[in-house]
Amino acid sequence: MSAKTLYDKLWDSHVVRENDDGTSLLYIDRQLIHEVTSPQAFEGLRMANRRPWKLTANLATPDHNVPTTDREKGIADPISKLQVDTLDSNCDSFGITEFKMDDIRQGIVHVVSPEQGATLPGMTLVCGDSHTSTHGAFGTLAFGIGTSEVEHVLATQCLIQKKSKNMRVEVNGQLNAGVTAKDVILAIIGKIGTAGGTGFAIEFAGDAIRSLSMEGRMTISNMAIEAGARAGMIAVDDTTIEYVKGRPYSPKEEHWSQAVEYWRNFYSDADAEFDKTVILDAADIKPQVTWGTSPEMTIAIDETIPDPEMELDPVKQEGMKAALKYMGLTAGKPISEVSVDVVFIGSCTNSRIEDIRAAAEVVKGKKVSSTITQAIIVPGSGLIKQQAEKEGLDKIFLETGFEWREPGCSMCLAMNADRLEPQQRCASTSNRNFEGRQGQGGRTHLVSPAMAAAAAIAGHFINIKEV
Amino acid sequence: MEKFTKMTAIAVPLDRANVDTDAIIPKQFLKSIKRSGFGPNLFDEWRYKDHGEPGMDNSKRPINPDFILNKSRYANARILLARDNFGCGSSREHAPWALEDYGIRVIIAPSFADIFYNNCFKNGLLPIILPETMIDELFATVAANEGFQLTVDLEQQKITSESSSVANIDISFELDKFRRHCLLEGLDEIGLTLGHAEDIRAYEKKQKEITPWLY
Repeated sequence: MSAKTLYDKLWDSHVVRENDDGTSLLYIDRQLIHEVTSPQAFEGLRMANRRPWKLTANLATPDHNVPTTDREKGIADPISKLQVDTLDSNCDSFGITEFKMDDIRQGIVHVVSPEQGATLPGMTLVCGDSHTSTHGAFGTLAFGIGTSEVEHVLATQCLIQKKSKNMRVEVNGQLNAGVTAKDVILAIIGKIGTAGGTGFAIEFAGDAIRSLSMEGRMTISNMAIEAGARAGMIAVDDTTIEYVKGRPYSPKEEHWSQAVEYWRNFYSDADAEFDKTVILDAADIKPQVTWGTSPEMTIAIDETIPDPEMELDPVKQEGMKAALKYMGLTAGKPISEVSVDVVFIGSCTNSRIEDIRAAAEVVKGKKVSSTITQAIIVPGSGLIKQQAEKEGLDKIFLETGFEWREPGCSMCLAMNADRLEPQQRCASTSNRNFEGRQGQGGRTHLVSPAMAAAAAIAGHFINIKEV
Repeated sequence: MEKFTKMTAIAVPLDRANVDTDAIIPKQFLKSIKRSGFGPNLFDEWRYKDHGEPGMDNSKRPINPDFILNKSRYANARILLARDNFGCGSSREHAPWALEDYGIRVIIAPSFADIFYNNCFKNGLLPIILPETMIDELFATVAANEGFQLTVDLEQQKITSESSSVANIDISFELDKFRRHCLLEGLDEIGLTLGHAEDIRAYEKKQKEITPWLY
């Protein structure tokens, strides 16, 4: 049998049938559901008088619209409330397991599922959310889908798919101190561009990736979509298996050894062929800050804002000019001289316990700069919040001047009450710096949790070594 | 799903790369639990001068006269000319819903983001990929000729200009067979898949032996 990539193995093990037109019917092991992209799917099921194919394959939690303060008061915005209520009633009436807003297990869907062991190696997983790529960190084929496909999976447990091409992104060598998974993925996107992975499934490999914890790997896979790839996978190893062990949805005793043996097959064979390979040297990667309105517009903390006049491609040049105008920045300015108004630590990219610990370590015993309007920290789930509080991290943040919030997507996309005002500049650990993403007119700079924490203390971007 | 066969309409040129789905339909409108009604808020932050929220009377809002969709010559456009990586970012199907609700049925660009591209076909929208040089030519032709109309024929896989028109456009485009078929027939994909229910059950039975912890 010919050598296979990790993606080939995941794909092949889920093909129900191959159609004559080059598409395949692919079996989906797990679907995650949230309130924003599911109501129309449930409505579609009802209208066609269909039932979910396999109830236990689904897991739901509200995350985009939930308030991160005063949970006991409920949701103030009636339209947000209706959407969350609709998820509750759909899950109740169809019999789908949901961690509701008052459940300690509630949180961002991409944080909750791995935490529960609902994300497992070797499976296919989908969700009506582009950051579903997160789960690829487990050697899982995971990708975001639209609402019509959410309905399709509910009704059939399958999707009609065409196989993507294989891309390998290798990060070799050791990361420098202060360089995190977030810096690595931003550097990768800076190198290949936001459309560099379009049409591909990416596998992240190399010793710098291997050396990351599952939290770090999830940060990497999470942003594969920001490089245009729907899926971003990492091979299964001891780190993966150790993380999965003993979680509520993980295989129990009687299946554990069979599962581990099965999961250990999910890596790329040594002589497997990739359609494209990109190689980065870990030693070259420095802490990153994005300067524009696309995640590919990223520079190292010791660099200056690039000059559009140096860009030869006219469409790209226009894009850079528009980005500088929107961001209120001028070419040639050192990014470390750019001051910040708001700091947001959270999102499905960076709201896990390790992220919160990293930020706490930077701010411990210091004060948030008086020039900062707001600094908030939003844990990814109720269980992470509980864990952080057990470690006393909430107190560190509160003493520093940070706000300690309830779990949800929050200011990553500002669907709830947490948002930027026009022209406010934010150091954000989220994944998208698009125009208006964090609030109309808001200016987003993507950074790691440690870099966001450092910016909160300094009042401007700064190399964490200098805080 | 509405079929797509053939259409003749004005094309509006949106000369900007990396147009993301947050720009196509901003997040505040995603709170709707319906599939329709997103058209008035398509490109909301670029189209209007004020901040839009659900429930506003959009006809009373201040229009941004510089935005291309607001130019009177493109008022009846049903084809969108776009640049690289159109529809990147969030998977929200509200983006094709908003385009469709506004009246757009065809988007022509050098490249699309994967999820958006896929979502289009579920909603009777036809995204067409053409080489950059042809896109440049279309942008130039549309800009130079007010009222210029294109005919998009999915059956023939052709984009043409009216014979009486000043510019002579005759372009063939590629599309995979399955998507073309579904769009031409307006097929219900779920119904198609349920036609293979026996295959799905057979797969599950086999997998139950290999990965029993998932069953």
